Amino acid sequence: MKLSIIIDNFNSASSVDLVTQHNNQQAQRKAAMAVLAHAEAGEIAARLRTIALPGHLDLREPENGLVMLRGRAGGDGAPFNLGEATVSRAAVRLASGEVGFGYTLGRDGEKARLIALCDALVQSSDFGEAVERDVIGPLREQLMMRRNQAAAETAATKVDFYTMVRGEG
Amino acid sequence: MYVAVKGGERAIENAHRLLANARRGDQSVPEVTLDQISEQLGLAVDRVMSEGSLYDRELAALAIKQARGDLIEAIFLVRAFRATLPRFGTSEPVDTGAMRVQRRVSATFKDIPGGQILGPTFDYTHRLLDPTLGQGFVPEVPATAEASTAPTPRVTDILGRDGLIESSPRSEDGASVGDLTREPLNFPADRDLRLQNLARGDEGFLLAMGYSTQRGYGRNHPFVGEIRFGEVEVEFSAEDVGFAVPLGSIELTECQMVNQFKGSATEAPCFTRGYGLAFGQSERKTMSMALVDRALRARELGEEAVAPAQDEEFVMSHSDNVQATGFVEHLKLPHYVDFQSELGLLRKLRKEFAEANAPEAMKEAAE
Repeated sequence: MKLSIIIDNFNSASSVDLVTQHNNQQAQRKAAMAVLAHAEAGEIAARLRTIALPGHLDLREPENGLVMLRGRAGGDGAPFNLGEATVSRAAVRLASGEVGFGYTLGRDGEKARLIALCDALVQSSDFGEAVERDVIGPLREQLMMRRNQAAAETAATKVDFYTMVRGEG
Repeated sequence: MYVAVKGGERAIENAHRLLANARRGDQSVPEVTLDQISEQLGLAVDRVMSEGSLYDRELAALAIKQARGDLIEAIFLVRAFRATLPRFGTSEPVDTGAMRVQRRVSATFKDIPGGQILGPTFDYTHRLLDPTLGQGFVPEVPATAEASTAPTPRVTDILGRDGLIESSPRSEDGASVGDLTREPLNFPADRDLRLQNLARGDEGFLLAMGYSTQRGYGRNHPFVGEIRFGEVEVEFSAEDVGFAVPLGSIELTECQMVNQFKGSATEAPCFTRGYGLAFGQSERKTMSMALVDRALRARELGEEAVAPAQDEEFVMSHSDNVQATGFVEHLKLPHYVDFQSELGLLRKLRKEFAEANAPEAMKEAAE
């Protein structure tokens, strides 16, 4: 969707709606990808089997490559190249036309393809709800449980250092 | 000079077969799996990822297995592998301030927002060998406590609010970032290239260089402002997608070194800083990197560069262990032609020497 088309739309009320809708969908896709990237291919595939999937084809066969990871000097300063990471990517198109993209760290092409399929489904008015309810929702819950467990284990190692006055202790 | 030689194919093939057997060792002992290396020798994997400059645990574990545990050989293998893949692009700079912290300590402030968190650390262990690890050891389940949702800001950001520490260098949006895997290194090198070089530099070399600054060769009076280790999210602006795509998370260690202050007639004195960042849990590496990063800022901070750690050409030209090992280890490859010519020259010189120093009587007798 071209922003100029939206802006050119003389009905200003509905153009704002369109932009909001576009941004909402983008945020939703991004949130779904953030969950899927942390799941295993097998977990995603197992969840997807609970949905009667529409016809789809590979728009881009899974492909492995590299992404240069950047840090910032001092954590918040000018960027620098830290080192690369392996990344797999794929693209899938639903019979109804939605195009989904899958990107993930690692070299699991099947996982990239499954993420792309999910991304296409998220954009589909017929499947958006189902994929959120049956795939992304449960995976998000699992991810949160793992993170909470790790955070609780980390929290147990929190210390309070105190400086002693000389001669004490 | 190395001149190509031919022959020895059979011997080379058999040597590689023998290597494969030596690598496997006693076959009555179970073979080590990549998962076992990744899970149980995790810090070796972290080092190979950092210095191999490629974040991929499985590949690093494979490299360690193939290299029989020789980490520099493993780093070499990983570097060679990365050359086989296309590069999709560059990530958005990671936000270490938003790290899901598993460890975070400060040696400068005891009360920091978010607290000091020891995490999984060798610190405060007694360094006594533990024989129980040799007999099938099952660790206790980790203790848990209620996790705080309080943010864990970088300690340097807190100091920065009061102007007590210099701010990080800024760059223009869209300014190019140097990449020494793409362009040859030229000196003087900017900080982006220096940090990239140090991030993939040999831990032992950086440790020695950092140590040398502590011992007085380019002293800069360091404090560990903060070390943090944990997971950060990675995003990649994929052109086809049209927004920054989450790729998943990586583990990083970050060290913020707070160093001696500087000031001038026009600027109030403030602490200076050095920075270290590496893949995985790599504390010694990031601390050494931060010390050397600070030392290499001598020129920028108007300090006299007198020590090796302050000499960027010296440090950056010798920090890469793949380059270093390539040049050192090539000495063991056949140099027969080169050596023959040296030998010929030496024989000639010795003959001339013998003739010049022969006793007069002998010369006369010969005449």
